[in-house]
Amino acid sequence: MRRFSWFNATSLTLGFAFLYVPMIILIIYSFNASKLVTVWAGFSTKWYGELMQNEAFLDAAWVTIKVAVISSSIATVLGTMAAIVLVRAGRFHGRTLFSGMIYAPLVMPEVITGLSLLLLFIGIGMDRGIVTITLAHATFSMCYVSVVVSSRLISFDRSLEEAALDLGCSQFEAFRLVTLPIIAPAVISGWLLAFTLSLDDLVIASFTSGPSATTLPIKIYSAVRLGVSPEINALSTIMIAIVTFGVITASLVSKRNAVNRQREEQAAARMT
Amino acid sequence: MRRFFLIAIPYAWLTLLFLVPFFIVLKIALSDYALSIPPYTPKLDIGGSWMALKDFFAALDFENFVFLTTDDLYWKAYLSSLKIATISTLLTLAVGYPIAYAMAQAPDEWRPTLMMLIILPFWTSFLIRVYAWMGILSKEGFLNQFLLWTGIISEPLTIINTNTAVYIGIVYTYLPFMILPIYAALEKLDASLLEAAEDLGCSRFQAFWLVTIPLSKNGIIAGSFLVFIPALGEFVIPSLLGGSKTLMIGKILWEEFFSNRDWPVASAVAVVLLLILIIPIVLFQRNQQKQAEAEQ
Repeated sequence: MRRFSWFNATSLTLGFAFLYVPMIILIIYSFNASKLVTVWAGFSTKWYGELMQNEAFLDAAWVTIKVAVISSSIATVLGTMAAIVLVRAGRFHGRTLFSGMIYAPLVMPEVITGLSLLLLFIGIGMDRGIVTITLAHATFSMCYVSVVVSSRLISFDRSLEEAALDLGCSQFEAFRLVTLPIIAPAVISGWLLAFTLSLDDLVIASFTSGPSATTLPIKIYSAVRLGVSPEINALSTIMIAIVTFGVITASLVSKRNAVNRQREEQAAARMT
Repeated sequence: MRRFFLIAIPYAWLTLLFLVPFFIVLKIALSDYALSIPPYTPKLDIGGSWMALKDFFAALDFENFVFLTTDDLYWKAYLSSLKIATISTLLTLAVGYPIAYAMAQAPDEWRPTLMMLIILPFWTSFLIRVYAWMGILSKEGFLNQFLLWTGIISEPLTIINTNTAVYIGIVYTYLPFMILPIYAALEKLDASLLEAAEDLGCSRFQAFWLVTIPLSKNGIIAGSFLVFIPALGEFVIPSLLGGSKTLMIGKILWEEFFSNRDWPVASAVAVVLLLILIIPIVLFQRNQQKQAEAEQ
């Protein structure tokens, strides 16, 4: 193996500094006592306190979480179905159009998706609010879910399912007892991806929301357009903390599962 | 029967919420502006007679598209979006390649951690990552304070509300999309090929240029498209970091819709943006397909 050169060490250090310093600065300044964001005036947690009393932000956060949970669950079911269709269903009428509709939303500019959905909702006379945001989010997230799940399905050994069928399972039982447990990690990461995409979305939510429902990104956007504020820094810090905790936990859990599986396989190999 | 429902449910969902809305956009792009709610005519009366349908199609015209060509704001916005997306893709490549390269060279036991550090920002809110730069780039922001303190500059630089800020924002937010495909390509690279090149008399740089770069070509292409395509229609970054002089088509569409409330023109802008995007999207799909076939 080649020695890890100075050049490589430098590019990694600078690269990660570029990625992380902006967020670290943001976090540090969320504890700033001064209202002026660029002048350090001592440590304080008062912005967190003010945030907790800001009804508008709390309401928006609640709407955002509701939309994210419901839309990502719908997206997971539909996306998994679509993945099975893409990988397993073989030829059927309109297959090209179907796979086109799965991949197109992934590269579609959000402004276009948002605009087109808004025009649809107005066209059919639907009031804009939580329901329309949820439908919009479920639609674009299901495409991400189906990409994640179908990549797992492709590498899946079909003979396992055939064995279950030979042993007397019905098609549905074979799916529930064999296929689903094997693709479960992909389905879960699809759900998580859909959930964060929904939490994060500003553009599509702005087009499809009405006066009755405001999501957190919409609230944040209208606040930061006026400039940097310590309250938003505090809110961002909380969100960064939750995500970091989630990602690290998920990666530790999946690492432990991998280790356990390896151990089981080794044990099984010893027994034979 | 079960197979029918399996196909029909996601099919119907996508048709209704993805395909149909596009035809509505197209239809409104061909309609006239009107001072009503919704602000366009003609409206399609689905229950209408054959004559009504004929009138409906007769009333459609390309006025809005002609309008886009007469007002040079739109031309400039399309061209400047292409320019900004191209420059920032090249910048992202320049920043991302060395990082991906170093990751691929790093000891095996570091790799999962490095990988997680690259992916972590991707899970963090896009809006927050763009917002973080507002405080850094502003006139009395962190970067200016730092540069003034070190004495590199004596006057604060104006970065926020310029195209430079937009470039920085795009490079920062899309960097993981560039690094991951390049890393995937470089990780598979067989080190003995480089040794062979050096044994045959290449310098290290020549070996890098003649072996490593061509073998990571697919990663470079995939990463560049993954940055270029979303950057072209970007709205949040130009709206928060760019100034009034930063013209990007996503921003124009937003303003046309929310400020001017001219839905037909907004729809026409969307249709043209889509037509511009089709070329890179098709090229990207072809590249991915070629790669998938090569791997099999």
